[in-house]
Amino acid sequence: MDAILIQLLNGLDKGAAYALIALGLTLVFGTLGVVNFAHGALFMLGAFCAVTFQKILTISVKVVDPSITFFTAYKEQPYLEIWFGDVGLAIIDYAVPLSIFMAIPVMLLIGLVMERGLIRHFYKRTHAEQILVTFGLAIVIQEVIRHFFGANPIPTPAPDIVSSSAAIGSWLGLSENLVYPWWRLIYLAFSALIITSVFAFLQLTTFGMIVRAGMFDRQMVGFLGIDVQRKFTIVFGLAAVVAGLAGVMYAPILPPDYHMGMDFLVLSFVVVVVGGMGSLGGAVAAGFLLGILQSFASMTVITELVPGIDQVIIYLVAVIVLLTRPRGLMGRKGVMED
Amino acid sequence: MILEKKRSDLVTMILFSMVVLSMPIWLNPLGANYPDLLQKFAIFGIFAIGYNILFGLTGYLSFGHAIFLGVGSYTAVWSFKLLSMNVIPAVISSVILAGIVAAFVGFVSLRRSGIYFSILTLAFAQMFYNLAYSVLTPITNGETGLQLALEDPRVIDRLFSTAGEGLPSTELFGLSMSGYSGFYFCAVMLIVAFYVSLKIFNSPFGLKLKAIKSNQHRMKYTGYNTRPYLLTAFIISGMFAGLAGALMAVTDPLAGAERMQWTASGEVVLMTILGGVGTLYGPLLGVVIIKYLENIFSAVNEAVLQTFFDFLPSWLQDTMVVIVSPFVGEGWHLTLGLMFMGIVIFLPGGITEGFQKMKKRFFTKENSESSNQEGK
Amino acid sequence: MSDNTKDQNTISRRNMLKTSAALAAAPMFFTKGAYAKDFTNNPGNSSTVTLGFNVPQTGAYADEGADELRAFKLAVKHLNGKGDGGLMNTMKPMNLKGNGILGKKVVYVTGDTQTKSDAARASAKRMIEKDGVIMFSGGSSSGVAIAVQSLAQEAGVIFMAGLTHSNDTTGKDKRRYGFRHFFNAKMTGSALGPVLKEEMGISRNAYHLTSDYTWGWTQEESIKETTEALGWNTTATVRTPVGAGDFSQFITPILNSGADTLILNHYGKDMINSLTQSVQFGLRDKLVNGKQFEIIVPLYSRLMAQGAGENLQGILGTTNWDWQLRDEGSKAFVKSFGTEYGFPPSMAAHTCYVQTLLYANACENAGTFYPPEVIRQLEGFKFDGMGNGETEYRAEDHQCFKDVLVVRGKQNPSSQFDLLDIVKEVPRSEVEYDASIFGGNLGPYKV
Repeated sequence: MDAILIQLLNGLDKGAAYALIALGLTLVFGTLGVVNFAHGALFMLGAFCAVTFQKILTISVKVVDPSITFFTAYKEQPYLEIWFGDVGLAIIDYAVPLSIFMAIPVMLLIGLVMERGLIRHFYKRTHAEQILVTFGLAIVIQEVIRHFFGANPIPTPAPDIVSSSAAIGSWLGLSENLVYPWWRLIYLAFSALIITSVFAFLQLTTFGMIVRAGMFDRQMVGFLGIDVQRKFTIVFGLAAVVAGLAGVMYAPILPPDYHMGMDFLVLSFVVVVVGGMGSLGGAVAAGFLLGILQSFASMTVITELVPGIDQVIIYLVAVIVLLTRPRGLMGRKGVMED
Repeated sequence: MILEKKRSDLVTMILFSMVVLSMPIWLNPLGANYPDLLQKFAIFGIFAIGYNILFGLTGYLSFGHAIFLGVGSYTAVWSFKLLSMNVIPAVISSVILAGIVAAFVGFVSLRRSGIYFSILTLAFAQMFYNLAYSVLTPITNGETGLQLALEDPRVIDRLFSTAGEGLPSTELFGLSMSGYSGFYFCAVMLIVAFYVSLKIFNSPFGLKLKAIKSNQHRMKYTGYNTRPYLLTAFIISGMFAGLAGALMAVTDPLAGAERMQWTASGEVVLMTILGGVGTLYGPLLGVVIIKYLENIFSAVNEAVLQTFFDFLPSWLQDTMVVIVSPFVGEGWHLTLGLMFMGIVIFLPGGITEGFQKMKKRFFTKENSESSNQEGK
Repeated sequence: MSDNTKDQNTISRRNMLKTSAALAAAPMFFTKGAYAKDFTNNPGNSSTVTLGFNVPQTGAYADEGADELRAFKLAVKHLNGKGDGGLMNTMKPMNLKGNGILGKKVVYVTGDTQTKSDAARASAKRMIEKDGVIMFSGGSSSGVAIAVQSLAQEAGVIFMAGLTHSNDTTGKDKRRYGFRHFFNAKMTGSALGPVLKEEMGISRNAYHLTSDYTWGWTQEESIKETTEALGWNTTATVRTPVGAGDFSQFITPILNSGADTLILNHYGKDMINSLTQSVQFGLRDKLVNGKQFEIIVPLYSRLMAQGAGENLQGILGTTNWDWQLRDEGSKAFVKSFGTEYGFPPSMAAHTCYVQTLLYANACENAGTFYPPEVIRQLEGFKFDGMGNGETEYRAEDHQCFKDVLVVRGKQNPSSQFDLLDIVKEVPRSEVEYDASIFGGNLGPYKV
């Protein structure tokens, strides 16, 4: 019972990450019709916003260790600590959540520049060319990050107060062993919040209405005298922000390295396709579905029954879904089938 | 395209064979004339030619062709382990097995089209890769890769001779398949593969595949069931990949799971698009460029750069080294990424299109403006 | 630095001419052992000899690869009599004269393994076939080491392995032409055993999370053997896919398993992620049956410790070498490397540097580059002054036997490089084992 409950929680958590990345991907696809292989790189850039912000906060006085000769070894004392004492240390402690405020404008800017500079020239190109050019872009972004930050993961811890686990089991009167990290619970809540706000934005605002109409029939909206182009540029920026925020919040769970975007790329595409290309609800549903299935498939009872199932479950589900439901869980007819 | 039609196939084949077989000579100035890279050119050439039959003709973008490459390699190594070090049984069994696996993957994946087809093949690729890396280790030897061992049975070989002291090497009736002889064997295979591809391109079958690419619905309305044609193309290209995989094992008897990863499939996509999708020679060009980049560019270090810019005055030499070094050596990925972007942005038809544009500009009397307009 | 490279260039251009001349006789190339002492890439009368450094320059281990490359360059510099000589001042017995190897100036070529067997072999083949290397070295993964080692045997070119920790490298996949200075999982187990007993007692329940590939398996096997010999119980061994990223679904079952010790048979990124997440799940704060829950990371490196940050503090593991060792050899190397690059060398750098010197010295001892002779010199070679105390290259399996360091993540680092506390230098005698236990066959001297 405990085991199932906790794997469900794991699955939700994993699913939240998948859903969040897939959401932006499918949003861009649904509106702009662009297959963006650089979306994983946006996720990675978000995580590096957290890293950069942490580095800025911890700009330090270098106290050189005189016992070490031949090279300079030093201990760092952040200026914030020197100037503000404990308050400074507390600010550093909250580097990751605070970096959200940096990530939003930065990611928005990156998104807009990407759309204006590159993506918009590819609206009418084939999907293969879109894939190739964005894949090339992803490699370039990745290598630039590696140039500045190296290839090793960089630790970006969550604030101390939430760095340990919540004793869920004791609260619910279940086993004491049922604990779950605070930060993961926060991540889950955060994802729910972002997903809800994206939906609310698209459902409740005029802007959202136009975007949805544009997704449905772009030409017609254009005929009505609305500058769809401009709206879609903003949508791309929005998708970049969502991917970036997913990255920022994921940094304490997975210390960021330059390659983390690629690692998520394939998975998030599978999620989008299983959900149905261009379907926001589908992406979210598929994200959670695959996350939960993956967690359950790794349980020892199951791997003993079917060896290797944990390694292939996601792909197996993708194949089955696509064969039984041609357009994914919630895909529309005629999308990406030419 | 026009050229291809005018010349008879025979002339094309003779020219092609000459170019391929003389690779050790004309690649010399580029520093690429050593057996391993030449073999890789030929092997990946076969892979890309085969891939082009599917992607170039039908427009179906598969991310799963590395599966067949891997299956080909594993089969070949098992053939070396169990049967004989002779390459003939290895090549034949690899191509057949790759064809069977391709038939299965193709049969399932081709039930869908567009990106759904791509993702289905991607899913298969990841499944095969993950399993080969872990639970299928008894067959694949996991991360380390399947290798020859002294105690392998090699039943056919044992009929004729006893085992030697060291590991035997692959051979074609006594001719060792490493080094240059290995390259010539691959080159002959490449020429055969090219001939098959040429025939397919010009055949009614090829025409039907092209029709599927331009408008599948119209094909269907005219009463054609497109699936058998697609499946045939898929299996053929899978067999090409199997052949390439077998040749990788022939020239270097080792098979690793990473050959099956989706990135390996991605590589052949990139090669094909880089050179020119749907053209006969394009994929080969892409192969040469990417493999050259991977093997030669990645090995350029600062010392080599210093030599390269030796003719410049010392201060300029140092500046150039500083400017260029992020793009070579460990930065070769960056160059690769920039190149993809550049090619796709400016030459959507790949490098072949670039050549055609240049040819137009230089060899026709029309002014350059009109040829520019035609580019799009 | 600048005029040093310049100097090298004139040579390397000449070398280039030489190689292209050799390639003109293309079909003859790669025929080995035609006569008595003709062998692959025989430098002959050339005034230079080329070494190949095949390291991961892209991918997850790129930082380690970069450090290996620095060490190689330093070794070449020292071999050619430049710089402060580094370990050539402390190594004994030593025959190196600072005039290259056997009077030939050392030049080098580099390549990218990408931490993939295929790419590593392609790169090594380029070095052998095009650049004419007489020896190649480097790497940061056991899979790659084993793959290129068998290539070395086929081609008749000696391979001095870089960072590889799997038992298989000098066990079932050992090769006559492959040599490993680095320690292995079996030695890690033997070294850790007594420390574990002392710190954690003899009745514990261990839970293994293991990277699902050869290195992970051999380490799991070796550690299990050690801990079970102590009297520990093994609760479960769970295999995790390489590059899983999120390990939560593997960590949560540990909480309920009754285990009080977690052993992470992960390396690199996987280890950083699984450890970070284990700590977040509160494993280290847990009490099981009155015992403090402990995590053990058997293989440890300083570069990895940087990635894991505070999570690694207090966690036990083993390492091949650390810059804080106080023996003469280690000090000389740290001085040399630190002066050159401005930071201390990693254990990967140390191994690669030592391997290069050992090969060069074996050539001097043999008086020839002829591989079978060089191999015989390396086999059973006993030396000292290279860090790790008295060391022996065991003839039976080409494994180096030397002291192994048991380390702990430092609680209160005094500088950005001060991440490991050396708990114990386990003497060589305690980590030695019988060469025959892993099977395998070295193969012939002459190929």
